[in-house]
Amino acid sequence: MNYAIEMLNVSKHFPGIKANDDITIQVEKGSVHALLGENGAGKSTLMSVLFGLYQPTSGTIKVNGSTVAISSPNVANKLGIGMVHQHFKLVDCFTVTENIILGNEPKTKFGSIDIKNTSLKIKELSQKYGLDVDPYSKIQDISVGMQQRVEILKMLYKNADILIFDEPTAVLTPQEIIELLKIMENLTNEGKTIILITHKLKEIKAIADKCTVIRRGKVIDTVDVKDTSEKQMAELMVGREVDFKVDKQEQECGDSVLVVNNLQVKNKRGTYAVKDISFDVKAGEILGIAGIDGNGQSELIFALTGLQQASKGSMELKHVDITKFNTKKRYESGLGHVPEDRHKHGLVLDFKLKENFIVHDFKTNQFSKHGILKFKEIDDYANKLIEQFDVRSGNGLESNTRSMSGGNQQKAIIAREIDRSPDLLIVVQPTRGLDVGAIEYIHARIVAERNNGKAVLLVSFELDEILSLSDRIAVMFDGTITGIVDAKDTDELKLGQMMAGKKLEEVC
Amino acid sequence: MKINKRLVVSLISIALGILVGVLILAISGKDVVALFNGLLKGSIGYDIVNGGINLRYFGEFLVSAMPIILTGLAVGFAYRCGMFNIGCEGQVIMGSLASCMVAILVPMPNIVAPIVCILAGGFAGAMWAFVPGILKAKFNISEVVTGIMLNYTALYGANYFLKALPGSTTQRTVEIAANATLGNDFFKAMTNNSRLHFGFIVVIIAVFAYWFIMEKTTFGYSLRATGFNKNAAEYAGIKVNKNIVISIMISGFLAGLAGAIILQGTFGYGRMMVAPENYGFDGIAVALVGGCNAIGTLFAGLLFALLKVTQPLLQTSGIPREIGDIISSSIVFFVAIQYVIEKALLKYKSYKGGKS
Repeated sequence: MNYAIEMLNVSKHFPGIKANDDITIQVEKGSVHALLGENGAGKSTLMSVLFGLYQPTSGTIKVNGSTVAISSPNVANKLGIGMVHQHFKLVDCFTVTENIILGNEPKTKFGSIDIKNTSLKIKELSQKYGLDVDPYSKIQDISVGMQQRVEILKMLYKNADILIFDEPTAVLTPQEIIELLKIMENLTNEGKTIILITHKLKEIKAIADKCTVIRRGKVIDTVDVKDTSEKQMAELMVGREVDFKVDKQEQECGDSVLVVNNLQVKNKRGTYAVKDISFDVKAGEILGIAGIDGNGQSELIFALTGLQQASKGSMELKHVDITKFNTKKRYESGLGHVPEDRHKHGLVLDFKLKENFIVHDFKTNQFSKHGILKFKEIDDYANKLIEQFDVRSGNGLESNTRSMSGGNQQKAIIAREIDRSPDLLIVVQPTRGLDVGAIEYIHARIVAERNNGKAVLLVSFELDEILSLSDRIAVMFDGTITGIVDAKDTDELKLGQMMAGKKLEEVC
Repeated sequence: MKINKRLVVSLISIALGILVGVLILAISGKDVVALFNGLLKGSIGYDIVNGGINLRYFGEFLVSAMPIILTGLAVGFAYRCGMFNIGCEGQVIMGSLASCMVAILVPMPNIVAPIVCILAGGFAGAMWAFVPGILKAKFNISEVVTGIMLNYTALYGANYFLKALPGSTTQRTVEIAANATLGNDFFKAMTNNSRLHFGFIVVIIAVFAYWFIMEKTTFGYSLRATGFNKNAAEYAGIKVNKNIVISIMISGFLAGLAGAIILQGTFGYGRMMVAPENYGFDGIAVALVGGCNAIGTLFAGLLFALLKVTQPLLQTSGIPREIGDIISSSIVFFVAIQYVIEKALLKYKSYKGGKS
């Protein structure tokens, strides 16, 4: 067999952790080989070893059959290994060509940078693989999907034969995902080899030939994708049976809990991030807000929760105008908020777990008297939440929050917000970066709130999540709502068009 | 668990700092024993070489520890709320000034006088700290810049007002009212005529109050939340800007107390100063080594005071006095690179774990 990459018995140990434990993968030339695993399973470490960012503790790496020592990313590049990072590394105000040649600029015979010939070369490359990139456009003017293609072009321009894609679809619309998969196919047809790091089974099914499943630093299995179902792969990944379906019954909605009228919010640069938005959320329903990251969702949520002032418009919570309320007063009026960034807003990471449970209510009679904290009540309450919501940590309620896993940190936030039983629960990106088990649990909890007759506003960049949880879906594009639809009357493709800016009426 | 780790790091840093001092002495051919003799004499007054105990040294050691424990607490208090109160120096000076003015100008009955003067010092420090606090909260102006500028304003401004007091010369004011001083004949007699005074009561109250506010109250909780993560505090509905102003004012209050007890206890009169006396800057080092917690700061303050009072003793035994500064700055250096020490500890542990 002809292998482009062989990683044989590779181990990488950090103090106290075996991030990679005797891993062997063999990637066939011209194939798409997927690496599947939960967060923290060791995929990224393995690829960092391959890309020269880490040195393996033991094991051998072979590229095209010969043993190599990859001591730095430069060596990896020379061996024809290129990596498309999850977060692009591009200069916004430069053109595509300028970005691609950055650091290795070809000169004309007069000593100036040879933009013209390079652009031609890039154009050819772009056409060969169906990338359709204009070498002269500036990065700031092109879409995120295009920017990703520029990253791919960068690798191709450097003659990379083996391309590593790190979670490439996280930032793309459904249409862009389809196009990317097509591009990957073109690449392999031209003889390139692709390693795809992902936790999205659907994409593996669509494009990959082989799939290596990694759990806790060890290879569980390498399977032929065409003979394996998504469910089987998911079970290999988590090590037990999984249920994709969210158990959710039809139910009648009640009164509007949140009514938003003509809301306008500015972003930090002073331009409007939210432009004249109106919607409502009813008791007993989940309203999902779909859209690509950066289309005004964050600003909308900040305005709703009082972290930022709206410049125009009004918000009513249970028929009370909360537009002028501060954050605290909004919480007291019945709002709960699971924030998008759990490290920035959701938790004080250097607090003990129990201290994080009382951030909203430490001044109430429940937890303090005359300004002095009641430690026994705080401990009891923390134990109750830890038990009810199955928050796991090394040291129970005394654990340092920073030392907890992402899933358990998120569970702690969910516990805190849901236990206050708010009439309106705002959840933003509740499962980002979590493993399948935690996702299942958090989804069930959100649906339980809806079933209890609470209103839930869900913002997520994962369409699957929006589709499986929401009763109604509002799609945001460029600060406006392009349409609000019933979840059962729509599908990914329709939502995808709206996420790209088409109005509901124009969607076919 | 976490505090233990910090404690270990601080202790290691102190040991390494002293080791640096010892090495420098050894290399330059000086008497290493004299260093430890100096430290022992400076702290409890016992002289191993010549024998005999002189409690005067002990008294003076405490006298110089008191203000820097207070400034250490001051810096730590602001730091726990995410503020770097480098303006401590100026707040000490303003505390001294206010306490001096009240003590000279306002006649008061016996027990009341020292307390009122001390509080006057505290409030003056708090008001001086209010300026960087409010500028930070309202306009997000760095408290470091305003704090440093206000240090100089305080230094020269205070001299002006001290000179204007009745009876002042160009060097000093008159003695403050006798009933406003903190000195005590009993202490004097006990410690062979040292300047030991009642200021230690202020320090003990401050250490206890610091611990109590930080660990036990809702106010301390919200301060710590703000200090650890301003965004999360805001998200939780905590009034971050209010906390910023109040915490730096309390910090200033503590620094002002330091100024007051220096004036009322150590000297008993106001002095014109040509340069800052670095109580505020010592406070930064003390807070750092003490890990910004009450007990840690208390001990760090004692340690730094010890290194300070040992300096003249060293000089008399032929060791350059700068060795004290070298040791204290090495300690600060090692605490500042605590992550290196933690990492080394971790390596050592895994090495030991791997063997057993």
